[in-house]
Amino acid sequence: MPLVELHDIHKRFGPIEVLRGVSLTIEKGEIVAVIGRSGSGKSTMLRCVNGLEKVQSGRIVVDGIEVTAADADLNRLRQRAGMVFQSFNLFPHLTVERNIMLALTLLRKVDKAAARTVAHEMLAKVGLAEKALAYPDELSGGQQQRVAIARGLAMQPTVMLFDEITSALDPELVGEVLRVLESVAKEGMTMMLVTHEMNFAKNVADRVIFMHEGRIHEDGPARETLLEPRTPELRNFLSAVLH
Amino acid sequence: MIREFGFNDLSYLLTGASWTFGLALVAMVGGGLLGLVVAVLRVVPFKPLNWIAIGYINLIQGTPLLGQLFLFFFGLPLIGLSVDSWTAASLSMSIYASAFFGEIWRGSLQSISQRQWEAGAALGLSYPQRLFNVVLPQAIRISVAPTVGFLVQLVKNTSLTSLIGFIELTRAAQIVSGATFQPLPVYLTAAAMYFVICFSLSQLSQMLERRLHAAR
Repeated sequence: MPLVELHDIHKRFGPIEVLRGVSLTIEKGEIVAVIGRSGSGKSTMLRCVNGLEKVQSGRIVVDGIEVTAADADLNRLRQRAGMVFQSFNLFPHLTVERNIMLALTLLRKVDKAAARTVAHEMLAKVGLAEKALAYPDELSGGQQQRVAIARGLAMQPTVMLFDEITSALDPELVGEVLRVLESVAKEGMTMMLVTHEMNFAKNVADRVIFMHEGRIHEDGPARETLLEPRTPELRNFLSAVLH
Repeated sequence: MIREFGFNDLSYLLTGASWTFGLALVAMVGGGLLGLVVAVLRVVPFKPLNWIAIGYINLIQGTPLLGQLFLFFFGLPLIGLSVDSWTAASLSMSIYASAFFGEIWRGSLQSISQRQWEAGAALGLSYPQRLFNVVLPQAIRISVAPTVGFLVQLVKNTSLTSLIGFIELTRAAQIVSGATFQPLPVYLTAAAMYFVICFSLSQLSQMLERRLHAAR
């Protein structure tokens, strides 16, 4: 059974139809890079997966939970589908470790000491063990994004959604975040990532989805799809971003 | 018999000042609790509750405090509830304060970026958890300065309750002035007492802001 299923998703913002019939299945352990021009609907699609955006029609099932059901328990779903945002969105009033501990203590009813242990494990994983007591505004963008990844991973989700997580970073900070992503990928985490990092998509993703005008225009193995695009739209897009 | 403005009068003014302070404190606590409810009703994602809160705020902010005082003091007895001036003053000052606190805190709540709500949602936090653990702690920090600013107004506005016969600082000053015929020294003394209360509040606010900033 696939971990993520989208069936004929339509999503409108006012008069603009952003998703025009998107269908997609993702198996456990797959790493899927979603690429496309801005406005092609890739971020919107990702945000539909954990119910941050409501769809007008279609059906989405994630890890057995029907996201599009009227009575969907979205908070339970989101504990299984972690998300990292372009703008980090750490909680500025909490230290790094408390950012990670918050959901554990509130939702998993883990006691403080155990939550702190998990937080420190996660921070070690993203190479920031020494920053546990720092506040977010004392960290660089790259470090903040690594904390955001650690915060997502701490809930032991079954799938992680990454929404252009390197797009707001200075170029010299992109590498450290991608290295963390790569190590997460190696652990077998199912990942959907909207990205502009074509090299990363080529080397780390199993599969690439190219979105164009609200539809999935190409979908295939990462290397093959990026090296030998089948459609002129993807060819144009790649030549525009690579040069 | 006209007497000099002396120690007894000063102590009478101080008693009045303590009632002024007490009334402001009651309005702060009562208005604060009610204001928190107003602020939350104003931002919850449920339109009818928002409308109720907006109507309440407009009604209270759009009518004079004096009118509200009179309404409680003279209106409640008409429906068989006799109230003394202290009760009428505390009730109306609390309600008056709640509308302003509600608006100040709503503004502070809404100044927290939507992304913070979203980050909480993405972790699976429920709406109340997002509100109380993510958004409110940040909003409180922002609201300290305008809240204290309004408290200072509140202290000065308690003087209106002298008109329903509540003996606070202004009313006490009127009485002393009437007995001594020395309005200038009496009212200057009263003004100095108001200043001490308000100035202490602003100092407290600055301390609180520094403290909250240090502790995020």
